[in-house]
Amino acid sequence: MIETTIFSLLNGLVYGLLLFMLSSGLTLIFSMMGVLNFAHASFYMLGAYFAYEMSIHIGFWPALILAPIAVGFAGAALERYGLRNVHKYGHVAELVFTFGIAFLIEEVVQFIWGKDQQPYNAPPLLDFPLFTLFNVDFPAYKAFMLFVSIAIFIALLVVLTKTRVGLIIQAAITHPHMVGMLGHNVPLVFMATFGVGTALAGIAGVIAAPVLGTYPGMAFDLGSIIFVVVVFGGLGSLAGAFVASLMIGIVQTFAVSFNIGMPDLLALLGLEFGADHFLVDLWTISLPQIGPLIPYLMLIIMLIFRPLGLFGSREV
Amino acid sequence: MSTLTDMRRDMNARMFKQQRNMWIAVALVLGCLPLFYGGSDFALTVSIQIGMMIIFSLAYNMLLGQGGMLSFGMAVYFGMGGFLSMHFMNMIEADTVWLPMALLPVVGAFIGLVLGLIIGSFSTRKAGTIFAMISLGIGELVAASSLIFVKFFGGEEGVTGDRTMGPEMFGVDFASELEVYYLVAAWVFIATLLMFLFSRTPVGRMANAVRDNPERAEFVGYSQRFVRLISFAGAGLFSGLAGSLFAITYEIVTEETLNAVTSGAPLIMVMIGGAGYFIGPIIGAIFYTLLSTVLSNYTEIWLMYVGIIFVLTIMYLPAGLTGLLLMHNPIIKAKKLKRILPVYGKIALPVIGIFLGIVGLLEVGHYAHNASAGDMTMSLFFVSVDTSSYLPWIFFTGILVGGFMLAKKQAPSVAETYEEVHKEALGGGDK
Amino acid sequence: MSIKKTTLTFAAASFAASLMATSAMAADTIKIAFIDPLSGPFASTGSNGLREWKFAVEDLVNSRGGLLGGKKIEVIAFDNKISPKETLIQLKNAIGQGIQYVAQGNSSGVANALTSAIKKHNKRNPDKRVIHLNYAAVDPALTNAKCSYWHFRFDANVDMKMNAITDTIAGRKDIKKVYIIGQDYSFGKAVSAAAVKFLKEKRPDIQIVGNELHPIGKVKDFTPYVTKIKAAGANAIITGNWGGDMLNLAKAATSVGLDSSFFTYYAAGAGITAALGPVAKDKVFNVGEGHANPTVTKTWDDYQSRFKAKHPKKDVTYGRVPYTVRMFAKAVTKAGSAKPIDVARALEGMELTTMAGDKVKMRAEDHQLIMPIQVSVHTDDRIKFDYDNSGWGLRTISSTPAESNALPTTCKMERPKG
Repeated sequence: MIETTIFSLLNGLVYGLLLFMLSSGLTLIFSMMGVLNFAHASFYMLGAYFAYEMSIHIGFWPALILAPIAVGFAGAALERYGLRNVHKYGHVAELVFTFGIAFLIEEVVQFIWGKDQQPYNAPPLLDFPLFTLFNVDFPAYKAFMLFVSIAIFIALLVVLTKTRVGLIIQAAITHPHMVGMLGHNVPLVFMATFGVGTALAGIAGVIAAPVLGTYPGMAFDLGSIIFVVVVFGGLGSLAGAFVASLMIGIVQTFAVSFNIGMPDLLALLGLEFGADHFLVDLWTISLPQIGPLIPYLMLIIMLIFRPLGLFGSREV
Repeated sequence: MSTLTDMRRDMNARMFKQQRNMWIAVALVLGCLPLFYGGSDFALTVSIQIGMMIIFSLAYNMLLGQGGMLSFGMAVYFGMGGFLSMHFMNMIEADTVWLPMALLPVVGAFIGLVLGLIIGSFSTRKAGTIFAMISLGIGELVAASSLIFVKFFGGEEGVTGDRTMGPEMFGVDFASELEVYYLVAAWVFIATLLMFLFSRTPVGRMANAVRDNPERAEFVGYSQRFVRLISFAGAGLFSGLAGSLFAITYEIVTEETLNAVTSGAPLIMVMIGGAGYFIGPIIGAIFYTLLSTVLSNYTEIWLMYVGIIFVLTIMYLPAGLTGLLLMHNPIIKAKKLKRILPVYGKIALPVIGIFLGIVGLLEVGHYAHNASAGDMTMSLFFVSVDTSSYLPWIFFTGILVGGFMLAKKQAPSVAETYEEVHKEALGGGDK
Repeated sequence: MSIKKTTLTFAAASFAASLMATSAMAADTIKIAFIDPLSGPFASTGSNGLREWKFAVEDLVNSRGGLLGGKKIEVIAFDNKISPKETLIQLKNAIGQGIQYVAQGNSSGVANALTSAIKKHNKRNPDKRVIHLNYAAVDPALTNAKCSYWHFRFDANVDMKMNAITDTIAGRKDIKKVYIIGQDYSFGKAVSAAAVKFLKEKRPDIQIVGNELHPIGKVKDFTPYVTKIKAAGANAIITGNWGGDMLNLAKAATSVGLDSSFFTYYAAGAGITAALGPVAKDKVFNVGEGHANPTVTKTWDDYQSRFKAKHPKKDVTYGRVPYTVRMFAKAVTKAGSAKPIDVARALEGMELTTMAGDKVKMRAEDHQLIMPIQVSVHTDDRIKFDYDNSGWGLRTISSTPAESNALPTTCKMERPKG
């Protein structure tokens, strides 16, 4: 029991922080521009593919730095030449535009790299078990992921609270119009925000892909869950995104680890159903089986009772 | 006073007559279409699919276009309508219920309505992003459960049935594709008419008001939530009806009717067709279905083309294809189309060049990337192309760049002529 | 600016409309409609299948003079995007072009839709009958409860493959505890049920320490699952996972230091072999037919070499496609006609020796091909035909003879009278 708990906690933390790296960029973009970027996970995918392609030629470590920068530039270009044109048609058009871009990026990735999984793996330097507890290994690469995520988190925190740029961003989150009136170059700020936000997604892609796989569906697979995170945490709130990421990361890992199901519950209530009952699938459902669906359930319940999310303050 | 009333009555009568004639024309077209197919079952099947998608995307537009609600989970109503209709169809076959197959869509519509009322009761409290996210969450949940609850959804295989069973109406048993076509056509007509009439009712009009300015709508005395709920339930109803037609047509319903692709399709259709017009979704449904069922047999990268068209439409044609057509309405009415066509003709060549250039580069690139060794000749636009040489690359890049530069040079004069003729046409109309 | 772009969309629309008008060509060939996913997420399995069908038809039939005095076989591709609905639309399309044979294999859901549609079509249009050549859909129901006279399966079904897997496990005395994990849908469930049943019969001493399903394609990180598997002390894992779910499961297992054996259905080819690489050496076992390595006979070795020469970047991932084509050709020759009803009669009970020397037989009772099934291991040792050009591939470790794979069937087939 103890080993399950410890490992679930560790794995939940790794996964949760990864979600945060994605959701922080999404939140940043949303706060500044009011756009929920549907294509955010696609930039995560681009990060993975760029890093894979670069790692063949220049190795893993340079790719770790260069790939997110390339993704950031791609994001900035998308804002400059795409989103900015659509801005005048309103938020729904912007959301639909990013939806279309997500669709298109997946096609482009397939066009260039094909439809198969790509062999993008952890560097040999990190390919060893860091420690073994109760006979279960904890891989060094996971520790590395943890380290990078925390570093990014601290860097974000410092930039947002201690620097001038951070103050402008914070101001823009709460009073976007005021910032423009104070004479800041809003289009440039927007472009930079989009670039930085997508670069964050790019980093997530670079470090997560060796564990989660590099394939054309990877954006789609992760896309909706990061929406759940930002909406659950409260749109536009970085703190909310952080708490929600960890919550969802940990809840999901714990759900898988504990074999509790309806049969146990029914046994507790002293009920029993036949195997050919019309709802037999409902009576035999178990927690690991539905684990990955729990975030969606959490989202719906949250939105019904508190549409602002955990820490959200802005009505959308 | 009385003349004013008379005039108004007169105008209403004229409008009514015009609209009635239009609907009769629609019915005639639907009825005669198969005569042009020369007995091709494929053309019939594609038409049936288009009909289904017309209902589905019109229903979707009750939310997006009329109500301003962006949904990522419409497949829930389409799919559940389909699944329950299929179970109903099997009950008909087992003689546990009595219902002519032609009326099965009523069942699907009812299911869609009930689900719409239940889910709408909590999801339509807010519009905008909150609504979009709830729809996404519910969509994901239902799609995922469809594989878990095997007894009801039939797992990967889905649920099958036989549409030829049950009491016959007018001696029709729906064994042939043509009979199914007429059934779907009839329902397309009914559903389209009902949705059109709904958009003309006070509640339908209020949906627009709530979309544009919810507070003001409240002041007029309409609860915005109630108005949204009505639109939502209506959209559910017609989506369920479309799902039912799916069950009848394919005699199988699987999890694909509930998944994200099905949820995304009406959004793409509506945006390409134009959300701001009643016929926008219809045009979008025809266009998208043709792309996906026909183009996919000619190129593996058809989805790339759909993506490009979709993104370009949103960027440059916010009113969709319909908006583009209707831009010329006053000009056609003023009979000034002749003046603008030559200018269009002049720019057509460079535009075709751009089109050929893009398609050529993508296709040659795709082929060269995936071809087997030594097999470097592909057939493109009915010509053999050697993809190993630089020639096709240079050629297609050339016509792309050339076309682009020419088009850029001519675009201002085209826009100018359009503005001019358009203004004249409007001015002429006023006189 | 906007006008130009819109004209472009228009041009695309009229292009699409003009394609509608293409008519069927009337060459004197036997046409097979290949209906499988050629676009979308599952396109790689579909396009691999198409490539191998086209190669087999060209190499084994057309280049050797064709059938019935010179008729060639033509494989025409239809993209069904792995959607049952699109499959039925494409079936109509194919029938409209006068095609009477359909090859399909990806997804049992699609196979079921296709077979039941063909059954109804043949009943309603006896003059335009169609035969379904199923080369990869493995749901047992297709040759049991849902069997059809017009459906012929050339792949071993889930139960037959599990029979082979459990034969291997039965021979490995070091395996004491087995964990079953799978995707939560009908295939995953069928694998799980078959595993429980056969293990109980063959090795009652083996303890099944876990039997669980996870949502398909939704699990991003399998670490929690493999941690559980490790905690349960399993020596062997049986899974029907495919695609990303298979790869990530195996990778996660390595990352926590789990070195039990994996018995799988789909852990090879299409990028998975390359991605698994050294971490899976001698640990991942794959069930199927094919004899990728060793090639057993020279004929089979030559065939694979010819394929590799033509498609250096691709692999023979469906070892059964060549003998499906050969059996079809043999049936047409034996029937002396390309009429589906005659070919179906000829196929029933037909026997054939595959290029790798296996004797296979199409059982008349349920139209299931009865064949030897191999279990192979993922390795880089003595691999001549690797996958994904990675140096890694499959090497046969055992083969279950055909007769022991002839499992009983519950099929009650409705046979045509005329």
